[in-house]
Amino acid sequence: MNFKRISVLTAAATAGLMIAGTVQAGATFDAVKKKGYVQCGVSTGLPGFSATDDKGNWKGIDVDACRAVAAAMFGDASKVKYTPLNAKERFTALQSGEIDMLPRNTTWTFTRDTSLGLNFAGVNYYDGQGFMVSKKLGVKSAKELSGASVCIQAGTTTELNLADYFRANKMEYKAITYDSSDETVKAFEAGRCDMLTSDQSQLYALRIKLTDPNSAMVLPEVISKEPLGPVVRQGDDEWFNLVRWSLFAQINAEEAGITMKNVDEMLKSADPNIRRILGVEGVKGEFLGVDDKWAYNIVKQVGNYGEMFERNVGEGSALKISRGQNALWNKGGIQYAPPIR
Amino acid sequence: MADASPERDSPAKPRLLSDPKFRALVFQIIASITVAAFIFFIVRNTLTNMESRGISTGFGFLDRASGFGILQSLIEYNETSTYGRTFLVGLLNTILVSVLGVFFATIIGFIMGVLRLSSNWLISKLAATYIEIFRNIPLLLQIFFWYYAIGFNLPGPRQAMSVGDSLFLSNRGLYIPAPVFESGFMATGLAIIASIVAVIILARWARKRFEATGQLFHTVYASLAILIGVPAVVFFATGAPMHLDYPSLQGFNFQGGVAIIPELFALVLALSIYTAAFIAETVRSGIQAVSHGQTEAASALGLRPGWILRLVVIPQAMRVIIPPLTSQYLNLTKNSSLAAAIGYPDLVAVFAGTTLNQTGQAVEIIAITMSVYLVLSLIISIFMNWYNAKMALRER
Ligand SMILES: N[C@@H](CCC(=O)N[C@@H](CS)C(=O)NCC(=O)O)C(=O)O
Repeated sequence: MNFKRISVLTAAATAGLMIAGTVQAGATFDAVKKKGYVQCGVSTGLPGFSATDDKGNWKGIDVDACRAVAAAMFGDASKVKYTPLNAKERFTALQSGEIDMLPRNTTWTFTRDTSLGLNFAGVNYYDGQGFMVSKKLGVKSAKELSGASVCIQAGTTTELNLADYFRANKMEYKAITYDSSDETVKAFEAGRCDMLTSDQSQLYALRIKLTDPNSAMVLPEVISKEPLGPVVRQGDDEWFNLVRWSLFAQINAEEAGITMKNVDEMLKSADPNIRRILGVEGVKGEFLGVDDKWAYNIVKQVGNYGEMFERNVGEGSALKISRGQNALWNKGGIQYAPPIR
Repeated sequence: MADASPERDSPAKPRLLSDPKFRALVFQIIASITVAAFIFFIVRNTLTNMESRGISTGFGFLDRASGFGILQSLIEYNETSTYGRTFLVGLLNTILVSVLGVFFATIIGFIMGVLRLSSNWLISKLAATYIEIFRNIPLLLQIFFWYYAIGFNLPGPRQAMSVGDSLFLSNRGLYIPAPVFESGFMATGLAIIASIVAVIILARWARKRFEATGQLFHTVYASLAILIGVPAVVFFATGAPMHLDYPSLQGFNFQGGVAIIPELFALVLALSIYTAAFIAETVRSGIQAVSHGQTEAASALGLRPGWILRLVVIPQAMRVIIPPLTSQYLNLTKNSSLAAAIGYPDLVAVFAGTTLNQTGQAVEIIAITMSVYLVLSLIISIFMNWYNAKMALRER
C-alpha cells in the first residue's frame, strides 16, 4: 500500500543519508553512465505525458525527456527504465535515489525547488490548472461552483490551488482526495464529486480515459501557473546540466528547423548555428561529459521539441492540444532556450 | 566468626568481575550506551547529510499554514490552519474510524462466533460461510467493494432519497439533522452525567445484594429508566434548550446537518466486517475452550441455556478470548490506514500523504506517524491488559 511504500522509500532515503559521507560531485552522472541506463520516474498513466501504449511501451513527452537524456549519454534513446509513481511518492523516490530523474508532469514551485534537495532542470510544458465538470450539471464557469464537491489527487499543487481559488472567490467546496488518478477519475464518473480539477493538459488526458468523454467538459478558467519540468537531485551539477541541455537541445533544434527527418542532411548545412548544435564544429560534447554528437542523437532518435509535442499531445495524438504557450518564443509562445554556443 | 552468615562463610570474597549480578549490570550498561551512541550517531549523521543535500529538516513546518482543505474534520479546521492542526484532524479521523470499527467488529464478531456454534445446522453453516469469505479476501479489496458498491450506486444529491425531509441519502453521504445546543443545555448535560453515575452505583449495589442474598434485581429496566427519564425531565423542565439543524439542498450539495460521508461508512463497514470474521473465530475457540463439563454441570443445576452462556461459559471463555482479541483491535487500528485508498482523510492520508508532499519532510512526518500508531497500539494493549487482569480467574 501507499503508506508502506512511502515508509520504505523514506527508510531507504534515511539509510542512504545515515551512512553517506559528503555529497560527491557527479555521483548520479557517474552511476548512470556505469549502469548503462537512465532510471526514469514517470506517472502511473497519463496519456500524452507518460503512459504505456497497447504494446506496453512507454510514450509521452515526459518519457521523451528521459529518452533524450539517454540518447545524449549513450547514443541510444532506448536505454531507459521506468518507475511509475503517483504524486505522493515521486519526490521521495527521487530523494532516495530509486530514480535518476523525474519528469512526471511536476510543477516547478518555490518550495519544491528550495526545500526538497531537488532541482528543476527546465520546463517541458507550460500548463495551468483547470476544472472539468459533467455536462449534465449545466455549469459554464467555475465561478458558479460554490458548494461543489471536487475530486483531486493527493500530493499535488492542485490541492493548494483549489483551496486558494475557492477562498479568494469566497466560495465553499469539499475536496475528496484520492491517491491515484484512476480512482479520481472513477469517483468523478460515478458522481461522487461535481468536478475534477487538475492541470488543464491532464484534464484533456483524463477526459479521454472516461467511458464517455463527451459527457464531460473542461471549463474555460485557468487558475494557476503550472510550469512542468524534469527534476533531479541537488548536488550533481554534471547530471543537472545534461538533463537541462537535453531539453534545450530539442528546443534549439526546432528553432533551427532541424527535424528527425532532415537531421542527417543538416549535418552538411553551412549554417554555423546548426553546425554547432549538431556537434560538427565549435562546441564540444565533452563539456557535458558526452559525445560530440549528443544533440544529433537526441534529434535523430527523439525529435525536436515541436515534433515531440505534436506526436504526444498535439495534432498527432488523441489529445489534440494546440501549442499555445508552448509555441516557440518567436512563434507567439514562451518556449525559449539559451543558445548552444 | 560466630556471627558469620552463610554468605560470609564463602571461602574467599568473590572478585567483583566474577560476581554474576555485577557482570550483568556492567554488560547492560555497556549495551545501553552502545545503542544510545549508535542512535545518536545515526540521527546526527542523517541530519547533517540532509542539510548538505539541501533537504529541510526540523519540526518548524508544524507551525506553517497548510493551505489545503480536508473533507471531514471533527475540530475547527480551514486552509489557514497549521500543519500541526492538520495532524490533529487526521489523528482524530483515524481514532474515529478505529473506535467505530472496534465497536461494530466486536458486536458482529461475538454474534457470529456464538452462531457458529449453534446447534442449528443452517445457522452454524451461514456463520461459517461468513467467516470464511470475509477472512480470506484481502481487506483492501473489501474496502473498494463497499465503497464502489454503496457509495457509487446511490443517486446524486438532487435525486437524494429522503425520509421526512430531514434525512437525506445520496452519493454525497447520509445527511442527518444536527443538534444545536442552546445556553440552558448545561443542566441536561449534568443530569446525563448524574444518571450515569447513579446507574453505576445501582449496578454495584445489585451485584453485592445478589452475592449476599442470591436475589436478582433487574438493573436493565431500572437503568434505562434512570438514563432516559432523568435527563428528559430536566431537559423539558429547563424549556428544551436545543433545536435541530436540518440539512437542505443548496446548489450542488446539502448544507447544514451532520454528514456521514460514504468514505467513512465504507471504511468502517469493511474494517468491522473483516475484523469481525477473525473475532468470531476467536470467540468460537474461546467458548470451545470451556470444558463441556461446565455446561453440563450448569444445566444440571437447572440454569437456562441463555444463562449458562452468560453466567458460566462467557466469563470463562473471556480469559481465552481477550489476548487474541487485543491483537485484532490492534490490527483494525493499523488497517485503518488503508483509508487513503478511498479518500477518507485519516492520519496517513492527510499527514503522511498531503502534508508530507507539500513540505517534503518525509523523515520527520513518517517518524511522527509511526510513533502515533505505536502509541495508539500501546494504549489499546494497556487497556486490554488491564481488562484481562480484571477478568482473569481469581482464586478465592
Ligand atoms: N502538476 C501538478 C499535478 C501533477 C499530478 O500528479 N497530476 C495528476 C493528475 S490527476 C496525475 O498526473 N496523476 C497521474 C498519476 O498519478 O499517475 C503537481 O506537480 O503537483
